[in-house]
Amino acid sequence: MRTAFFRTLLELAEHDERINLIVGDIGFGVVEPFAERFPRRFLNAGVAEQNMTGIATGLALCNKVVFTYSIANFPTLRCLEQIRNDVCYHNANVKIVAVGGGFAYGSLGMTHHATEDLAIMRALPGMVVVAPGDPIEAEQATRAIVAHPGPCYLRLGRAGERPVHRSRVTFEIGKAITLRNGDDVTLISTGGVLRTAVLVAERLAQEGVQTRVLSMHTVKPLDTDAVLVAARETRAIVTIEEHSVIGGLGGAVAEVLAESDREKIVFKRVGLPSVFSSHVGSQEYLRAAHGLSEDQILKSLKPMLDLLKR
Amino acid sequence: MEQGGTAARMVVHRALANRIRQHVIKMTHRAKAAHVGTSLSMADLLAVLYGSVLRVDPARPAWPDRDRFILSKGHGCAGLYAVLAERGFFPLEWLDQFYQDGSRLAGHITHTGVPGVEVSTGALGHGLSIGCGMALAAKRDGRPFRVFTLLSDGECDEGSVWEAVLFAPHHGLDNLTAIVDFNRIQSLGTVKEVLDLDPLGAKWQAFGWAVREIDGHDLQQIEGALASIPFEQGRPSCIVAHSVKGKGVGFMENKLLWHYRSPDAEELQRALTELVEE
Repeated sequence: MRTAFFRTLLELAEHDERINLIVGDIGFGVVEPFAERFPRRFLNAGVAEQNMTGIATGLALCNKVVFTYSIANFPTLRCLEQIRNDVCYHNANVKIVAVGGGFAYGSLGMTHHATEDLAIMRALPGMVVVAPGDPIEAEQATRAIVAHPGPCYLRLGRAGERPVHRSRVTFEIGKAITLRNGDDVTLISTGGVLRTAVLVAERLAQEGVQTRVLSMHTVKPLDTDAVLVAARETRAIVTIEEHSVIGGLGGAVAEVLAESDREKIVFKRVGLPSVFSSHVGSQEYLRAAHGLSEDQILKSLKPMLDLLKR
Repeated sequence: MEQGGTAARMVVHRALANRIRQHVIKMTHRAKAAHVGTSLSMADLLAVLYGSVLRVDPARPAWPDRDRFILSKGHGCAGLYAVLAERGFFPLEWLDQFYQDGSRLAGHITHTGVPGVEVSTGALGHGLSIGCGMALAAKRDGRPFRVFTLLSDGECDEGSVWEAVLFAPHHGLDNLTAIVDFNRIQSLGTVKEVLDLDPLGAKWQAFGWAVREIDGHDLQQIEGALASIPFEQGRPSCIVAHSVKGKGVGFMENKLLWHYRSPDAEELQRALTELVEE
């Protein structure tokens, strides 16, 4: 996703001279093409995310489209008040980009696990929150947030994920993408666990459970229509995210369902419990350690599926 | 001739500063609002800035090449609202609505619906970074506008201020000026007691700013400093304005209490009498 993002940003910047990129001393080996092609639109703010975000606001208030970029929680939580007061309150055209959503930087430890960012960014007025599911979505998300005037948060995975989509998809902020149709269960996924969601759906289909998969790449504004349609047309909704179960995709979908008239819908959030990981390991290892592997998700859905059979 | 012109301008500045102070006293009284002392300590700075320094046009508040003024010490908003109204950015009557239900004038400087306010602040340590971004935009676009940010002394406790202080000289932002209203009283005590900033000017200098220390109530010194920015080509300018919290109202001067207290009816009259007589 990181590669797709930088490739797309470079391409967009060729045609849109408003685009500026500010990094927080992060991006070795990936920011250089932009920095060399557009030296007067690139800035390394140093290890100073609060200032980076304030500067981005100042530039944006002078009619620029400004990307801030760092890893994990640094461009979001470290400078949260700057994002709230400066970026959001002034409706500044700032695009906050974090690489390393979820456990992408797993082995680097707790500080580098971005596992509450969606919830926190989602709570900010005026903020659009996008977590693409694969490099194809990441590319189109980059285009979409440039076209959208105002604050956006783009949560990327890492570099080197394989595409989940087979080809270019129709991507619109706030519109879920349907990857599979089915009338029994709906899996709604956000971010880089999309592949896992698709694999889970395929296994369920083999067991005779017709499973719909939605890539909910935009957590805010949420595609409430897609959720409500799924609640009408299928019997259960499961959210899957590499993020705390509090306040992210699962929370957002739960809010919609709780206020809907679909009293009988069966609902489950698959995500991380609200604890810091006590494990050391890669993204894959940490996902498995927290119940986010394909097998574990299938196992955790078993009681729900049994209930549906009754 | 020049001497005469200067003297005449100082009379105008003094009158504007005095009107700002009277507005501030009335506004905080009516609103039962805090932070009267901080608005009084910066009134002379605002009078000179809006009197003869800032290239702004009340008829065109969004003019792209206007100078940008950012009040980073957002709690001093009464003073800024007052000078903006005096300069005609919005009607003076709005000042009567300060803090009131349904008003546009909030208790920390707010840009929404208020012409002339560039940036909303209130959490300290935000304004200088935004100013850096605007100054950088001017440099990158080859525009002539300048950026001025007014900070409080207590605000300089915030680490984010020093991120920006480090940044601006590195990028040669000589179109950026930071003014610190150094009245030496912060929220719970004197700056000396809470978190000593001295030597403040030397700190900014060590970070690469061209620094000038002035009496923040000497109108001629204020104008002289602001007229000679950038103090050095290629460096941002810092003015450490030594000031008195509550300046202009004898019983409020240098009193921590007036960070919080709003003048009652009797205090309002005493303060206005003193200001009218000035």
